[in-house]
Amino acid sequence: MAARPPQQGGRPGARFAQFKLVLLGESAVGKSSLVLRFVKDQFDDYRESTIGAAFLTQTIALDESTTVKFEIWDTAGQERYKSLAPMYYRNANCAVVVYDITQASSLDKAKAWVKELQRQANENIIIALAGNKLDLVTEQPDKRAVQTSDAEAYAQEAGLLFFETSAKTAENVKELFTAIAKKLPIEQASQRGMRAGTRQGVQLGGRSEAPGTQTGAGACNC
Amino acid sequence: MDEIAPEYDVVVLGTGLTECVLSGVLSVKGKKVLHIDRNDHYGAEAASLNIEALFKKYGNYPEGTEPWKKYGRVNDWNIDLVPKLLMSNGELTNILVSTDVTRYLEFKQIAGSYVQQGNGTRATVAKVPSDASEALRSPLMGLFEKRRAKKFLEWVGAFKDEDPATHNGMNLNTCTMKEVYDKFGLEATTRDFIGHSMALYTTDDYIGTKGMAKDAVERIRLYVNSMARYGKSPYIYPLYGLGELPQGFARLSAIYGGTYMLNTNVDEVLYEGGKAVGIKATMKERGEEGEGMKFETKAGKILADPSYFPGKVQVVGHLLKAICILNHPIDKTDNSDSLQLILPQSQIGRKHDIYIAMVSWAHNVAPKGYYIAIVSTIAERDSNHHLELQPGLDRLGKIEETFMGPPIPLYEPLESGVNDNIYISKSYDATSHFETTTDDVKDIYRRAEGQELVVEGLREGQNLVAEE
Ligand SMILES: Cc1cc2nc3c(=O)[nH]c(=O)nc-3n(C[C@H](O)[C@H](O)[C@H](O)COP(=O)(O)OP(=O)(O)OC[C@H]3O[C@@H](n4cnc5c(N)ncnc54)[C@H](O)[C@@H]3O)c2cc1C
Ligand SMILES: Nc1nc2c(ncn2[C@@H]2O[C@H](COP(=O)(O)OP(=O)(O)OP(=O)(O)O)[C@@H](O)[C@H]2O)c(=O)[nH]1
Ligand SMILES: [Mg+2]
Repeated sequence: MAARPPQQGGRPGARFAQFKLVLLGESAVGKSSLVLRFVKDQFDDYRESTIGAAFLTQTIALDESTTVKFEIWDTAGQERYKSLAPMYYRNANCAVVVYDITQASSLDKAKAWVKELQRQANENIIIALAGNKLDLVTEQPDKRAVQTSDAEAYAQEAGLLFFETSAKTAENVKELFTAIAKKLPIEQASQRGMRAGTRQGVQLGGRSEAPGTQTGAGACNC
Repeated sequence: MDEIAPEYDVVVLGTGLTECVLSGVLSVKGKKVLHIDRNDHYGAEAASLNIEALFKKYGNYPEGTEPWKKYGRVNDWNIDLVPKLLMSNGELTNILVSTDVTRYLEFKQIAGSYVQQGNGTRATVAKVPSDASEALRSPLMGLFEKRRAKKFLEWVGAFKDEDPATHNGMNLNTCTMKEVYDKFGLEATTRDFIGHSMALYTTDDYIGTKGMAKDAVERIRLYVNSMARYGKSPYIYPLYGLGELPQGFARLSAIYGGTYMLNTNVDEVLYEGGKAVGIKATMKERGEEGEGMKFETKAGKILADPSYFPGKVQVVGHLLKAICILNHPIDKTDNSDSLQLILPQSQIGRKHDIYIAMVSWAHNVAPKGYYIAIVSTIAERDSNHHLELQPGLDRLGKIEETFMGPPIPLYEPLESGVNDNIYISKSYDATSHFETTTDDVKDIYRRAEGQELVVEGLREGQNLVAEE
């Protein structure tokens, strides 16, 4: 839901808030794999380039009384030809920008996405940089194309969270999302959510009909 | 960058709403779709622009100045180019729900639906009565007329095509709406607001046409049922503007494998024996160095908006439109943050109605305190078009900015597409809602696919990867 305000609910004293998270990065760096690991704790060696995975949600409990729900948007491939819609960024609270530590050019692409996010997205968006496929260099160190220290220095300068991850072994995946959750303005969001109610708009699901007034337009011959 | 596939089932040109709905629907049904737009943004003629882009589009400011700067953050503005609203019980709502595109969007009610009676300073502006009890309270009618209108609306509400007992002795398929109005003894002014602000006809042509009574009654029922759904008005509107609609359907298409390319110019359409079989195109970002990325691909068929095939469309009319920025609500409309106000043609001495559609900061399309009102009508003369819109502009009170270009040509395809394999949509017409747009979607689908588009339960049997 693009514009849904973070929601509040549950036990008294409990804090719950929902945030929109978007994923960005070059094709095949492992964006969808990171999400799949985070949400379903699975990995697929032969994952096809993303079709689908429009919308996944995952909840993390930060402590006994604090729960954060991520509403995760994958690009659905629209970034491939630089054709992402503004809808994708709209109201994103956080972003994970992914590169592949065995492909130097993928970090350049990641830097371009960070720039784009800083230009287009919410001012307060929290951005995490993820150097993925860490397992590959654990096996063969000479495969590494991006030094940890270089990426770390860049992340620090640009004000990003930074992790090297492996969607394959799960290393640092939970840590990445937890670190983001910890930086999100949960207090503010849950208060806002309380004031604003759950949704400001109208609920569209299921067409209601006034009794005895079945409309002609609904009964089209389609 | 990835290679473009050598062949697609469908190549869609233009990312207007019509094209995006079709692209989404075709992708869901398993077609391999390539969707292209020459612009750097989604929406084509159905886009929403920020205020800087709007000033630049209309060029209505002295060079070297930056008038948008006094209107807050430019990105807080999402100004529609098409003045339309969604009927809450209409077909677009149905398509949005059955494709699940609703989960990318949030809708809000339009606060009121109004109609003008009379003209100039003596004009009355009143809520359109939407049911029998509202008719009884309406200042639009005298005491006895109210009762007649109540009877009429009760009859419309109870009308069932398949039940002759509800037909009141008339055959709507053959009679005229005049006969229906006569039967209920309705006065001319009542016929006016019923026909123009409920049935939403923009002219009076419907009254005397045999067989149109059925259509009129169905339109009134759509209005009444839409009204009954949320209460304040029959209309709903997406937060952040209408431009979200094509984006939502484009995302649907992409999720089902559709490939999207903005900034892509179609250099050539390839034909074989008079039928389009592919395209040559170049993708190049604005300001990008060099040639851009050139490619060629085969297309099973081509769907396009009229701008991609100027030689294959005809002009069927011209729309006049003024986009106005206000910092106050419209007088006599109960301080509504959004509304539709219709000025029926006979009340203002015209052949076509003037529509005012207003949205505001309440819909996240403007900074707090600002309203965007679009005044539109069909051109009836060859010059002085601003005068044609004047009765509508007069209703707005003080206007901060007006954006008005030359008359906008309305295009329709010359052929169905069966011969040349190019299926072209119509321009967004002068109606205030999207019902004709969804008619066009269905018509194109029928022409291109040779079968009716079934929207209900479109996703049944389909499996979103996200829900595997
Ligand atoms: C959906 C769409 C996408 C476009 N994308 C681009 C683009 O990416 N790059 C670009 O340079 N130009 C594009 N154009 C053309 C562009 O609209 C204008 O020609 C140009 O940018 C000037 O814009 P304007 O707002 O001043 O005038 P507009 O109001 O757009 O009209 C300018 C003139 O073009 C004519 N015109 C508008 N639409 C059509 C049409 N379909 N067929 C024939 N004549 C028409 C009008 O009658 C008018 O005289 C596009 C047009 C459309 C309809
Ligand atoms: N060894 C290893 N392979 C990975 C890892 N993450 C992803 N992959 C593989 O990299 C390939 C691409 O992964 P995806 O998750 O599809 O990448 P993506 O960024 O979503 O790609 P697009 O959807 O095309 O943008 C797949 O073959 C994955 O199996 C990882 O951490 N380690
Ligand atoms: Mg992916």
